[in-house]
Amino acid sequence: MATMTIAKAINEGLRASLTSNPKSLLMGEDIGHLGGVYRVTDGLIKEFGDERVVDTPLAESGIVGTAIGLALRGYSPVCEIQFDGFVFPAFNQITTQLAKIHSRSLGKLTVPVVIRIPYGGGIGSIEHHSESPEALFAHTAGLRIISPSNAHDAYWMIQKAIECQDPVIFFEPKRRYWLKGEVDVQNPGLSEDPFKAHVVREGTDATIVAYGPLVPVALAAANAAMEDGRSIEVVDLRSISPVDFDTVEASVKKTGRLIVAHEAPTFGGIGGEIAARISERAFLHLEAPVIRVGGFHMPYPVAKVEEDYLPDIDKILEALDRSLAY
Amino acid sequence: MGSTQLPPGTEETLAATTAAAAAPGEPVEMVQLLGPDGKLGTDPVFSDYAKRIDPEKLRVFYADMARIRRFDQEATALQRQGELALWVPLTGQEAAQIGSGHASQRQDYIFPTYREHGVALVRNVDLAELLKQFRGVSNGGWDPRENNFHLYTLVLAAQTLHAVGYAMGIQRDQKLAAAADSTDPKAAVIAYFGDGASSEGDVHESMVFAASYEAPVVFFCQNNHWAISVPTEVQTKVPLANRAKGYGFPGIRVDGNDVIAVHAVTEWALEHAREGRGPVLIEAYTYRVGAHTTADDPTKYRESAEEAAWREKDPLDRLEKYLRAEGLADEAFFDQVKADGHELAKYVRSTTHGLEVPDIRDAFANVYAEQHPLIAEELAWFEEYSAGFESDEEAAN
Repeated sequence: MATMTIAKAINEGLRASLTSNPKSLLMGEDIGHLGGVYRVTDGLIKEFGDERVVDTPLAESGIVGTAIGLALRGYSPVCEIQFDGFVFPAFNQITTQLAKIHSRSLGKLTVPVVIRIPYGGGIGSIEHHSESPEALFAHTAGLRIISPSNAHDAYWMIQKAIECQDPVIFFEPKRRYWLKGEVDVQNPGLSEDPFKAHVVREGTDATIVAYGPLVPVALAAANAAMEDGRSIEVVDLRSISPVDFDTVEASVKKTGRLIVAHEAPTFGGIGGEIAARISERAFLHLEAPVIRVGGFHMPYPVAKVEEDYLPDIDKILEALDRSLAY
Repeated sequence: MGSTQLPPGTEETLAATTAAAAAPGEPVEMVQLLGPDGKLGTDPVFSDYAKRIDPEKLRVFYADMARIRRFDQEATALQRQGELALWVPLTGQEAAQIGSGHASQRQDYIFPTYREHGVALVRNVDLAELLKQFRGVSNGGWDPRENNFHLYTLVLAAQTLHAVGYAMGIQRDQKLAAAADSTDPKAAVIAYFGDGASSEGDVHESMVFAASYEAPVVFFCQNNHWAISVPTEVQTKVPLANRAKGYGFPGIRVDGNDVIAVHAVTEWALEHAREGRGPVLIEAYTYRVGAHTTADDPTKYRESAEEAAWREKDPLDRLEKYLRAEGLADEAFFDQVKADGHELAKYVRSTTHGLEVPDIRDAFANVYAEQHPLIAEELAWFEEYSAGFESDEEAAN
C-alpha cells in the first residue's frame, strides 16, 4: 500500500503501462518536458524518451487523428487533451472515426486509443476549463467512457483503459487531482474491471449515484443525512459508457429511492439515461421518482458564481429530502 | 538526416523546378513527360525515374487504366439501374491513380478517400467488394490488412491524419528494426485527398504533424478542379502544391493525366519518404470528367467546353498514341484490353447482384471489440422481439 494523490496515481499507472507494454505511448500538448499542465505525466519523458512521451503540435484533431493511425499500425496511444473544453476540435475524429473503425471494418481493425481529459469545475478557472462533456461522447456507440474518483481506481483504471481493445475516454476529475488515497499497486482488487460500478457506502433509505469529482460530495451528503437518521447508499458509477445498470438496479431495489448527481447539465445528461433505465428495471420498487442533481442548462458559468451551479452537499440533501418526502 | 539513394543534385534541381520555389499566385511549373500528343518529353529529375518503366510496365498501366474506366462505366450503369445507391465516378483521373498506385510497394500503406478505385485495383482489392459500400451492404467491404489498402473514408480529410499517425508508427517500427539489423524493406504511406478536402483543417494538421516528425508520408492530392459544384479557385488562391513550402517539405505539381510522370514523381516521393527524408506533397493536376457522384448534375455549374478541353488531354488516349507510335503495343493488345474490360464488367455485374445482405446481428457484433452489456441487452431484446414475429407466423400457418 502506498498513499498518493490521484494525479500521482495516474502518473504511476501510465508508468506501469509504458513499462509493461512497449507499444504504448503518450501524446499531447505540453506532456513531455513540462509534464502536463497538471504534471500528470511528470518525469515520464526522462524515463521513456520523446518517442514514447510525445510533445505534439497544438492541434487536438491532429492528436487524436494521428493516434488512430498509430493504433492501426499496432500501437496503443494515450492522448491527453489539455482541458475538457478543448476536446471539440477533435470531436470529429473521435465520433466519426475512432468510434466507428471497428464497426465499419466488421471487426477486422481495432483502435485501442485512450483519450485522457481533465474535466469538471470547482477550480475557479476561466471559460472552457471547467466543463463536463461526457454525455456528448456517451451518445456515440463504439466509445467507452470511464472516470475514477479515487487514487486506487485512478492507478488501475488507466492501465485497464490502455489494455482495452476499444477506444476509451478517460475523464480525470481535475479538482480531485490532489486528493490522496491508499493505492495497492500489487493488487487491483475490485478495480480489476473498470466498467463496473462500486457501492462505496451501504445504506437502506436511498441511493445516490455519482462519478468522478462528485463521489466525495455524495459521500459527504450521505454522512450529513446520517445525522438526520437517514441511511444512504452511495454508488460510484466509475463507468459512464457502458453504465453498470445491474449494480444501480440492485441498490435501488434495496433502497427504493434514487438520486443521480453529476456536474454536467441535467438536460440530456447521463442522469436522465439512468433514470429512464431504472424506471424500466425497478419501477415497482421505486418509492419516488428518480431525481437528478446537476448543472443548469447554460454555458458553464463564470468562476465567481460556479458554486451556485455545481452540485454540492446541500443540493444533494435537498434532492434526498424531496425523494424521501414521497 | 541519413544517407539517400537519390541522384546527386536532385534536391537542388527540385528546389528550382517544383512548386515549392514559385511565389504565391504565380504560375507553377508542372512536371509532364507524356504530353496529350503522345510524345515523351524530358525532365531534369524525373526522366531518370521514367526510364525505370519498361514497355511491359507501360502496357500494364494502359490495361489498368482501361479496366478501371470500364469498371467505372459499369458501376455507373449499375447505379442507374437501381443496383447501387450511389456511385462516385473516377473517369478522367485514371492516370493519377494507376500511376501513383503502381509506384507504391507491397509494404507501403494506402489511405484512400472514396474515389480511389484505380488505386484499389492496383492494390488487388476485389472490385466487387468495393461496391458493397455503394450497394448498402457494408460500410467497408474488404480487409485493409490484406493489401495494405485502408477502407474508404467519407468524412473528408480525416484519413490524412490517420496516414500521418500510421507513418509515425512505421518510423518507430523501423528504428526497432534497424536496431535488430532487420532486412525488411522500408515502408511509407500515401494519403489521398482532393482539392476540395484540401480546405479541411485536418489536412493542415496532418501536414504540421508530418513535417514536425518527418513522417514517411506522401500527400497525394488529386486536383480534379471541382468539389461537387465549387471550383478549385474557391479552395485556394495559390497552386495547391505551393502549400508544401509553408510546411517545409517539397511540393510538386504533376500532370495528373500523364501516367508516366505521375509514376515517376510518386516513386521519387515514396523513396524520399522511405529513406527518412520526410513528407512530400504531390498535386496531381487532373479533371473529374464526369459528375461528383451519380446524384450530381455538372451542367448546372460548369461549361461543357471546359469538359471538352479536358477530354483532349485524356490519359488513356495519350498513352495509346505513345504505345502505338513506339510500336510497343499492337492491335491484338488493345483488343485484349477491351475484352478484359468486358470480362471485368461482367464479373462486377454478376457479383453485385449476388452480394449478400448482412444480418443486423453482425452490426451488434462489431460495435465493440470486447464484451459490452448494453449491446448484449439490446441484442437480447431484438432476438426476443424477432422471435415474436416467428411464432406469429407459425400460429398463422
